Amino acid sequence: MSHRFFQVVLVGVVSLTSAVAQTASAPASTKMLAAKEGAKTWTPPKTVEGVPDISGVFTNASAVPLERPKELGSKEFFTREEAEANAKKVENTKEVVAPGTYGDVHYSMAQFGLERGQSTLPSTVRTSLIVGPEGRVPALLPDAAKRQAAKQAANRGHEFDGPENRGLSERCIIWGNEGPPMLPVGYNSDLQIVQGKGYVAILQEMIHDVRIIPTDGSPHLDPSVKLLLGDSRGHWEGNTLVVDTTNFTDRTNFRGSGENLHVIEKFTRTDPDTVLYQFTAEDPTTWAHAWSGEVPMTKIDGPIFEYACSEGNYGMRNNLSGARAAEKQTAAK
Amino acid sequence: MNIPTASFALLALSLPLAAQTYKAPRTADGKADLNGIWQALNTADWDIQAHSAAAGPAPMLAADFAVPPGTGVVEGNEIPYLPDALAKKKENFAKRYSDDPEVKCYLPGVPRATYMPYPFQIVQSPKTILISYEYAGAVRTINMDKPTKAPVDSWMGWSNGHWEGDTLVVDVTGLNGKTWFDRAGNFHSDALHVVERYTPRSADTLLYEATIEDPKTFSKPWKISMPLYRHVEKNAQLLEFKCVEFAEELLYGNLRKQPRGGAAPK
Repeated sequence: MSHRFFQVVLVGVVSLTSAVAQTASAPASTKMLAAKEGAKTWTPPKTVEGVPDISGVFTNASAVPLERPKELGSKEFFTREEAEANAKKVENTKEVVAPGTYGDVHYSMAQFGLERGQSTLPSTVRTSLIVGPEGRVPALLPDAAKRQAAKQAANRGHEFDGPENRGLSERCIIWGNEGPPMLPVGYNSDLQIVQGKGYVAILQEMIHDVRIIPTDGSPHLDPSVKLLLGDSRGHWEGNTLVVDTTNFTDRTNFRGSGENLHVIEKFTRTDPDTVLYQFTAEDPTTWAHAWSGEVPMTKIDGPIFEYACSEGNYGMRNNLSGARAAEKQTAAK
Repeated sequence: MNIPTASFALLALSLPLAAQTYKAPRTADGKADLNGIWQALNTADWDIQAHSAAAGPAPMLAADFAVPPGTGVVEGNEIPYLPDALAKKKENFAKRYSDDPEVKCYLPGVPRATYMPYPFQIVQSPKTILISYEYAGAVRTINMDKPTKAPVDSWMGWSNGHWEGDTLVVDVTGLNGKTWFDRAGNFHSDALHVVERYTPRSADTLLYEATIEDPKTFSKPWKISMPLYRHVEKNAQLLEFKCVEFAEELLYGNLRKQPRGGAAPK
């Protein structure tokens, strides 16, 4: 977690009130609101190795949900005024518990910067991170729905039997924000990009995994090698880093996906403080068509802190010991 | 080859590793280029001191998990433990198969991450050098800018780096007292201060040196050193060694509804 939790200012709201300034390099469809006026003439810098510089510490926290709220129908963009109101609404959604109460002992959302209202929220007029008139993840194909249902059925009644019955996040194996695609979560949506010669490394604070993306034209791993984060290969298209990821496991389960998940991501620096992140996900065994989304990533003060997950996983121990205690109680009755 | 060149070559061969004057390839900003996938080729993770081969923890797995011998990486081979600390080291050794943080797949700390039997990758940029370790997805970023103070203790510590010629010097503080140096129970406290030196010594090898200082555990500073080797395979790449799930039986086995091996839950 960075020092940003002391900055209660919602940068996104502030910048939303400035004039719309479409940067020359930003894809035309994005309708990004540049954080600074006069950004039109801005040219992305290069690293010492001569490729576009997308490095830095960023947050992809967002006031906008992945899927468009149903009441907004096919409305893909807010007006600036509506976007501002929406961001304010998110800011004012206090995930705070009363100080001094039991809940406060666990997490005071306000105190520890866990609340989205304390994050730097990049500005956007999108109504959902998913682009297009649908604005929602496509429905699961019948076979994919069956696959999901079978997994859930197999675990039903055994949720607390052992560690393997708990989700991958609770087991500190992989968290949903890690992707790819990398999507914001409720708090600590922080990541760092470091560019070395011939590769780009992305470190996500939660849960300290690094994606090292070669940009040397090397081929994907043999299909027999499966990775929870997939196998990523990148190349530069103008100022954009394009990353292709395959070789997922069947446990990755991104919105119901299977091992055939294929993700294409694009990273484009659109102004000194922003990298626009775009993704397309496809899996012919899960969805009838590919779907795409985007979220701006905003520079924040570093550093990225160490999120040691398993080392402090009291949740797993407590859940399992609680279940055993409950069984004993039931048996004694 | 003329005679002076030949004698220089012989002299270079006879010098200790650190004294060689190899000139490393450069990054575009003129620094020694340490980018790449590296790995130690020794048995320091089993025991940083000299040790003979020994039987492993699981007789049924026979040779596969026996302890490989090693000549040690500690200069002079002696670790200057304070008396209480030496007793603790012996206790750690006795409990090594349950208490070693590596058995539990915990983050390994510094310097241990460097010489575990897994590769690691250096991603070098002017202001930040990131080191990604295959083991447990461990990672550290080395701040090459103005040094900053560790804001809080952590498993992988707080790293500030600078260049001394071609040598990357990293000052590591903020290490918690929970990691060990090896599977033999060598350990430290939260007062640990490590100064690492990464020096290119040929196209495909680095010299790694680390000075260990911890007044709560040792009577004086001591040093380890070893070469690191570049993975030169065309398809070399860090893969996932997410060992958390391999450690779940050790960590939570006694809390299962149906404990494996028939033991009742505690």
